[in-house]
Amino acid sequence: MSSLLNTARPPAFCPGCAHDRIAKVLDKCFENMGLNGNQIAIISDIGCGGLFDTFFHTHAFHGLHGRALTYATGLKLARPELEVVVIMGDGGLGIGGAHLLGVCRRNLSLTLIILNNFNFGMTGGQYSSTTPPEAQVGSGFLNSLERPLDVCQVAASAGAPFVIRRSGMDKNLAEDMEKAIRFDGFSVMDIWGICPGRYQKQNKLTPQGIDEALANLPPAEGLVKENMRKEYGQAYRETASRQKASPVPLRIGKLFDPPEPGRREVVILGSAGQRIVTAGEILCLAGLTAGLKATQKNEYDITVLRGASNAEVILSSEEIGFTGIERPSVIAALGQEGVGRRRHLFESLKQETFILQADGVEIPDTDAMVRRVNFKGQGIKSSDWALASISLLAKLHRVISPEMLRSALEIRLKEQSLIASLELLDRVEMDNST
Amino acid sequence: MTQCLLEGNEAIARGAVYSGCRFFAGYPITPATSISNTMLQLLPPLGGICIQGEDEIASIGYCLGASMAGMKVMTATSGPGMSLYSENVSFAIGSEIPIVIVDVQRLGPSTGSATRGADGDIQFMQWGNSGGLPVIVLAPVDVKDCFVLTMHAFNLAEEYRCPVFVASNKEIGLTRESIDLDTVERPAIYTRAAPQEGKSFLPFGTPPGRMVPDFLPIGGETLVRQTSSTHGPNGYITVDPDEIGGIRQRLKDKLISNVDQYSYYEEYRKEAADTLLITYGVTARAARDLFHNQGADSRPFSLLVLKTLWPVPESLIQEKARAVKRVVMVEMNLGQYVREVERTLPDKDIEFFGQMNGKLITPGQIRKVIDHV
Repeated sequence: MSSLLNTARPPAFCPGCAHDRIAKVLDKCFENMGLNGNQIAIISDIGCGGLFDTFFHTHAFHGLHGRALTYATGLKLARPELEVVVIMGDGGLGIGGAHLLGVCRRNLSLTLIILNNFNFGMTGGQYSSTTPPEAQVGSGFLNSLERPLDVCQVAASAGAPFVIRRSGMDKNLAEDMEKAIRFDGFSVMDIWGICPGRYQKQNKLTPQGIDEALANLPPAEGLVKENMRKEYGQAYRETASRQKASPVPLRIGKLFDPPEPGRREVVILGSAGQRIVTAGEILCLAGLTAGLKATQKNEYDITVLRGASNAEVILSSEEIGFTGIERPSVIAALGQEGVGRRRHLFESLKQETFILQADGVEIPDTDAMVRRVNFKGQGIKSSDWALASISLLAKLHRVISPEMLRSALEIRLKEQSLIASLELLDRVEMDNST
Repeated sequence: MTQCLLEGNEAIARGAVYSGCRFFAGYPITPATSISNTMLQLLPPLGGICIQGEDEIASIGYCLGASMAGMKVMTATSGPGMSLYSENVSFAIGSEIPIVIVDVQRLGPSTGSATRGADGDIQFMQWGNSGGLPVIVLAPVDVKDCFVLTMHAFNLAEEYRCPVFVASNKEIGLTRESIDLDTVERPAIYTRAAPQEGKSFLPFGTPPGRMVPDFLPIGGETLVRQTSSTHGPNGYITVDPDEIGGIRQRLKDKLISNVDQYSYYEEYRKEAADTLLITYGVTARAARDLFHNQGADSRPFSLLVLKTLWPVPESLIQEKARAVKRVVMVEMNLGQYVREVERTLPDKDIEFFGQMNGKLITPGQIRKVIDHV
């Protein structure tokens, strides 16, 4: 095997830049591993480290600042056999912090090499997430007010199973790099180096100074025992292969005749937790069993078990255009919040609209035909009122028939909830009180 | 005949899988989440990959990586996520990375109303990126469109190597509808072109007579370079103004000059109508109802439903508006696409109606605008 360095595009770093040595070490490491260029992808982002991909005869992907780990993740999931090496600076580390945490937690087999030189070299030496507070950099006093990030501790606590910190001048860097690349899981190398073009102008950092600073930090020597686990890609593929194939969408043919001709519009007004949307879906499915077209438009809030929940269902023998309902055939008023949301709907109703009004729910004055139902008195709990309402419609042969509903329940529900819903259909009754 | 009951989001996911999409990454957001949920059911059993990113930036980043590895990829979000996609959308435009991006629009600005619909991102999808080059935006009307336009979106992303947006809306994505899946006409599925055997390959080199580079995946035999920096055909940074200018012009021309090939629309003509109603998205459903119920006493109109919004299908709009004096544009925002219609039809009387209150525009509201003289 020979060098993968691109002789036509030699490294173009400032004289004395740590990046230059690290690029050559990386090449040495590839050579020691016997890798061909097409077995490797170098992923880089913005800053001086972002030039790395151009220096090698490998696959290359250069993208936006701090996002290298995201591109690498997609690439590695798609091409598990590829050695994916990510080059980022301390700048990319800061802006891409969430991505670093994500890859540490996930443990996909990527190698992240952080070219840590404590400042933004390319843009004028501004402070980064690793700049010491006492350093003189291009951001005035700002860095003196912030603490530098120890990326090794962050990575280890986020779940990275291989974390190593070294000086860019370290004699054994190629061996350590090889260990990191060979590691079957996510590996991070925090490599400290001198930036002669910017940082060094006002800060006299020496290789000895770097060694002394490293010695004062908690060690990061590679394997993090408590984080050892199966590599994500392998775990994903194994788990995915056990997933059951998703069923194709159920085809429903016409089994019954609808009890009423033409277009019927049903509005169910209630509250979250009353299974309004599920009842709407079952109503649609019942329509399909009679060969009708169906639409269901829902309205609810971002809260989960609180707030209004309304469903508007249209069943029609003709194509359905507009999915809103202005002149409903039926309203089920099951919750005050839902009714409140659609008060105006009641204003222009005529006798032909049929309203099922649950006891305890107030509705505005209306000319529609109102029938009150005491669900509570029938021992039906609030979460079943919507289902009970469409069951009543079926029993009254309004919009749907009992056969249509029974068939829809069998399509949509299973086991206990199916049995319970069929039993509900059997026992729910209009009260005689109104 | 049989029917299925699907919501728009599920139809998009199924359209994607039918198109060969095997990689999806997204971040939970109402009203787009059920696309992700459906992909998670569909893809792993097929050997595909569906993951949840740590944020939207990561999600689209994963997709770009996987697309460059040769997979057909999709992500889905709503307005706030679209904002976070921006930098990578620019990347996909400039570096010709095929991707389908679904925007299930919700009422904005900003976090706005998570569970209310709007078509407020129509200009944002085109211009919410750096550099100002064209993208493709397709707008579904109903569940069937969600299914079929998603297939077109993949075909276009593959053919033109660019991001293609599906401009859905909460009122389409989360609305359930009956659909006869077995009779839906599906387009032939297209996959990005590889170079001919024995031909030399440059990652951004266009073969003679073509405007789109051939594609080889990162990770294959041949070394492939991808870069967000201004590059020449070889994928290395270029400083040559002619090369830079030429590639930018090509990125524009490859979409603009071919828009007639992919101008999807529906047209409903009324004899002797002096008005053309133009709309798109869920509002087209109200418009179609109104068209079919034109009374003898109301002003007759024809209807054009645009399903390709960007690049603007200018010649289509001009041709369909030729016979009328007056154009009424209705959209679920306070006036976005009407700008394009005005620009495209400078000699017509253009009237606009828009609404952004979380409610659908009704047939009656459109009627009033059309009858207004």
